[in-house]
Amino acid sequence: MLNDFINQFWPATIDGLAFGSIYALIALGYTMVYGVLRLINFAHSEVFMIGTFGAMLVPFVFGINSPLTGIALVGVVVAMILAGMLASAGTAIALERIAYRPLRKRGASRLAALISAIGASIFLQELFALLVIPEVFNRPEQGRIQMALPRLMERSELFSIFGHPVRIDQIFVILAAIGMMIALDALVNRSKIGRGIRATAQNPEAAVLMGVDINRIVRMTFLIGGGMAGVAGALYLISYENTHYFVGFLFGIKAFTAAVLGGIGNLRGALVGGITLGLVENYGAIFFGSDWKHVISFTILVLVLMFRPTGILGESLQQARA
Amino acid sequence: MNQKNPLAGFRDGLGRFGDAVHDRWLSTPGWQRWVLYVLLIVGALLLPSESLAPIMSPYTDWATILFFPIGTYVVLAIGLNVVVGQAGLLDLGFVAFYAVGGYAMALIGTRLGWNFWLILVVGIGICALSGLTLGAPTLRLRGDYLAIVTLGFGEIIRITARNTDEIGGPNGIRGIPHPPSIEDFSLFGVNFSEVFGVDPFKYGNLNTHPYYYLLVALAVIVIILVKRWEKSRVGRAWAAIREDEDAAEVMGVPTFRFKLLAFAIGASIGGAMGVLWAAKSISINPNDFQFLLSATILAAVVMGGSGNLPGVMLGAFLVAWLPERFRGLQEYRMLIFGAVLVALMIFRPEGLLPSRQRKAELQEGTGGMGTLGAEVPGPDSQVEEVASK
Repeated sequence: MLNDFINQFWPATIDGLAFGSIYALIALGYTMVYGVLRLINFAHSEVFMIGTFGAMLVPFVFGINSPLTGIALVGVVVAMILAGMLASAGTAIALERIAYRPLRKRGASRLAALISAIGASIFLQELFALLVIPEVFNRPEQGRIQMALPRLMERSELFSIFGHPVRIDQIFVILAAIGMMIALDALVNRSKIGRGIRATAQNPEAAVLMGVDINRIVRMTFLIGGGMAGVAGALYLISYENTHYFVGFLFGIKAFTAAVLGGIGNLRGALVGGITLGLVENYGAIFFGSDWKHVISFTILVLVLMFRPTGILGESLQQARA
Repeated sequence: MNQKNPLAGFRDGLGRFGDAVHDRWLSTPGWQRWVLYVLLIVGALLLPSESLAPIMSPYTDWATILFFPIGTYVVLAIGLNVVVGQAGLLDLGFVAFYAVGGYAMALIGTRLGWNFWLILVVGIGICALSGLTLGAPTLRLRGDYLAIVTLGFGEIIRITARNTDEIGGPNGIRGIPHPPSIEDFSLFGVNFSEVFGVDPFKYGNLNTHPYYYLLVALAVIVIILVKRWEKSRVGRAWAAIREDEDAAEVMGVPTFRFKLLAFAIGASIGGAMGVLWAAKSISINPNDFQFLLSATILAAVVMGGSGNLPGVMLGAFLVAWLPERFRGLQEYRMLIFGAVLVALMIFRPEGLLPSRQRKAELQEGTGGMGTLGAEVPGPDSQVEEVASK
């Protein structure tokens, strides 16, 4: 048992970091919306799902079916990330406008918002299963099953840690995720919009009195969270090379777990929570087998909530330093 | 409220009608209520009649869908309503208890060969116990955290069932025994199978009616119990916890104990339904207990009017029946279901038949959706004004 662990420690670490980065990027959307609205955006998992399909559109439109190199590769990958961001951010904005804002205006209960989110989630999944995949991607009979992405880059070994190879795509996913995190952190902590978001999270009433346009802030929150989920979608697609209409569910729950783990409402917490979850899940899989991966992460969630409900870094978007 | 919504008139009209019915009901003397109760039960027993089938369910066998999903959803929704509607605990993993009940029936029935009725009692006990086990560590959490923990538990139970080969793994369990039959049942010299053409206690594969009668009996017992609880000290404690947990605690309500009780009661009801459902359907597997089922039952509770029993039952009926009724739309029915949920929450967030208390809360603008709903009241009043300046 211990031997297994020592043998598989490095591969599991690399996998865990790659998984964890994707969890962290999705978790940002949950955490930001929760920080500002005190609402679990349950449909965020579908925002991620749509991001993977947005990214899928790029190689599909260009008809790519063999690995690329050089400028072409960079161009396609950047285009995929942008397309994923666009698709996800658009979905998130539409969600806010259609499924949440009317409820917010009426002062409806959080339960109502939750049901609205679940409804939107079912709607989007079915929309993709029934219409988008068959019609847009021309896969009438295979629509419901997995859609594969052609291999984009040769998965060559970049370097090795103690004899265990580290592939270029894994490094790319981790670096891209960290880059997005830094950009987001700067946005929230240094820009005017970021100040508005923090103010609204702290005290919406006072924020309104200080001239913050709440509707705009909420929209921006959804936009940024959606964009991050889109990046996560593109990165997921690049490393797993397939997607399906149901992909959001598990990743959504895991990402929410990550957000809670790090302290919901806390941006850096999402990063810490995502990476931690990815690592622990993969280490746990060495001991218990990969069938139990999901059980491990849910158990972690339950344990964290029982013993430290505010998460590792504590909850709060507002205290993310001015 | 200055509504600009074109549907507002209709909505308010519906609300007034509901109030009128409610007032009438409150002034109804006891004996008339009993007559109505008996009529309702008789109506429920006559529901699987063939003459209703073409209207209610042109695509599938009416008696079959009356048991599952309709009846099953109704009982599950009543159980979840105790947790969500009365005690105000957001439970997203209710299906876990249904699964525990189902697996209790399947395992004990196939391995030990016990009688259905014995398993029903034991199964309810196991589910109450699992409710307590799950509740004891988690119920110190509030609101959204509780929601997500229960969701996690629901998934843990399902995945564990799928990964454990001792209980059938992904294939589940087959050959679950039916309840013991009483054939040629007769009462006051009337032989039921000759007169009505149905043998009400003959549990086989062919006829769904006997199971449906059993389900009605279960539902009636559950409704009576839940109503009694609601009107008792326990129900008042739940209401207090739901409205303001801190205030309840300060007033001397042992909140934790009552929350645990709500959880255990909800779990037992879900478990009882699980036992009954497993006994009818012969085989079960982990995929019968997806998160979507939890979400659907919760949707039924909220859609009908969380906390109000008739509303919850109506919600469950609609959630179960509409997709079956419009099977002609085939694959699109889930798409439409999703859209309907969103639309309903936008236009009537309090549910179809809300409890009066909830409606009053909504009109005051309190009890809202987090900070923006609660602290910045009124939709068209302040926020827009201040923001536009």
